[in-house]
Amino acid sequence: MDLSVRIGALRLKNPLMSASGCFGYGMEYADVVDLSTLGAVVVKGLFLAERPGHPPPRIVETPAGMLNAIGLQGIGVHRFVREKMPELRARGATVIVNICGTTIDEYTEIARILSDVEGVAALELNISCPNIKEGGISFGCNLVNTRQVVSAVRKATPLPLIPKLTPNVTDVSSFAHVAEEAGADAVSLVNTFLAMAIDVETRRPRLSNVMGGLSGPAIRPIAVRMVYECARLVRIPVIGMGGIASAADVLEFMIAGATAVQVGTANFVDPFIWGKLESGVREYMRRHGIERVSELTGTLDIPGEKRA
Amino acid sequence: MPVDADAEVLASTRLSDDYCVVAFRAPALAAAIRPGQFVMVRTSAGNTPLLRRPYSVFERLRDSNGEVIGFSILNKRVGVGSRLLYDAAPGMRVSCLGPLGRPFSSATGTTEAWMVAGGTGLAPFATLSEELAAAGVPRRLFYGARTGSELFCLDRFERLGVNVVLATEDGTRGEHGRVTVPLARELGSRPASSGVVLYACGPEAMLKAVAGLAERYGRECEVATERQMGCGMGGCYSCVVRVRTPEGGSRYARSCVEGPVFRAADIVWEERPA
Repeated sequence: MDLSVRIGALRLKNPLMSASGCFGYGMEYADVVDLSTLGAVVVKGLFLAERPGHPPPRIVETPAGMLNAIGLQGIGVHRFVREKMPELRARGATVIVNICGTTIDEYTEIARILSDVEGVAALELNISCPNIKEGGISFGCNLVNTRQVVSAVRKATPLPLIPKLTPNVTDVSSFAHVAEEAGADAVSLVNTFLAMAIDVETRRPRLSNVMGGLSGPAIRPIAVRMVYECARLVRIPVIGMGGIASAADVLEFMIAGATAVQVGTANFVDPFIWGKLESGVREYMRRHGIERVSELTGTLDIPGEKRA
Repeated sequence: MPVDADAEVLASTRLSDDYCVVAFRAPALAAAIRPGQFVMVRTSAGNTPLLRRPYSVFERLRDSNGEVIGFSILNKRVGVGSRLLYDAAPGMRVSCLGPLGRPFSSATGTTEAWMVAGGTGLAPFATLSEELAAAGVPRRLFYGARTGSELFCLDRFERLGVNVVLATEDGTRGEHGRVTVPLARELGSRPASSGVVLYACGPEAMLKAVAGLAERYGRECEVATERQMGCGMGGCYSCVVRVRTPEGGSRYARSCVEGPVFRAADIVWEERPA
């Protein structure tokens, strides 16, 4: 049985990745999961410099989901390379680094730095964080800006490049298309949905940042729809995420068109989820006589319609 | 290294209309617990609530041979998850991830230990009292609540040779007022040379007040903080506490991995604690 998938030039041993911002820098989970067994470890978003993040409260639970406004607290790319990469390499992790910027120059500089670091397998371009004022989503909500930043980073690095798209737009597939034209090797989606929650007794927002990003099972059907729309439009691989919490959810995203998936919120609930997801996918493949997991991608069967 | 225990509820003992003690069978998890550590409890197997809830470990449970077989938590019914635990029936299975977090520093070499608890902040002091008793360290507990009927499990602490000082905000039991009133008086009556170390757990305002007294009287003080947590493993960065840096600045530290126990002097206390 072959669980491997290809993301551009990158071959992953299976389609299961940690979602950025939901797995620390990876080593936080090294005691409970063999990092080398994940398709990839996608680490927390990095700017050039360290960032303090937002004051608490930074999360609040909502029906079948959660809002977060962490504010990209982070150690910056230099400390990451110095302090985290040696351990991740030693654990045999396939590392995808999520990179953030407030300007195009910042994105390209981080990309250049990471291009020379042994063990960095790919870059995920964060143009979709809803929780910071500058950078991030301001690139991801505008087609011209998306094209500019993806093109610029494309020129700066030979590493596989995966723009991470925001669902907070009218038509996410047009952003996937622009990313493809600008040289992306794949796209990942969806980042969180901009949302808010209010304590009616105090009339205060439940997050210090007022608004935050909604994740978890609550968003899954919308995310599946968006992955489906993108996968139909672009030829590059789509990495799907949004509320995946079981093997059936992994399969749903793949059938909708995802080549691989990321798991975020469910890892908070169950850090031992990875083995369960993999064995569930294997069990499904056995039951359906599927030899290679990649055969599943984009196999949605709509009654009365011919498959593409 | 934390384990995910499929823990059986042994008993849920109601202490009042809102408080209960839930006992779990989880030998491997319980054997590894150190005072001040916590467990992430999955109160529902479904999506309501979705996230686990952090609970400070209350008691370590032993069988008749003295073998550790499980642990208990002190639960106050406030939200969906804590309500489910309040109504938990024996035999129910609950996923418990732990033990997690930095425990209290070993109190073995301490001359005298004073614990300060507010409300469910009592929880970490059962195991700490055991450790202090085993090491022969003189121990006191300053324990405050809103009202006398919310002071629980006093016999457990008295059995462990803990000198218990009570305070209630409504004056129905013990001293009238906050627990920091008797604490301040007792600290003031001790010579500075006496080696009292403080351990505090409770509402943020109480922790801040205890930290202030510790500074004023020159006492070492550790506080167990409580924050909203997403994962308990260091993955989500939601449970942060503002701490001082050696360079004179401050930064947000994740209370799940750098805490929940911090040196009180390391914390930057907010102006208006929640």
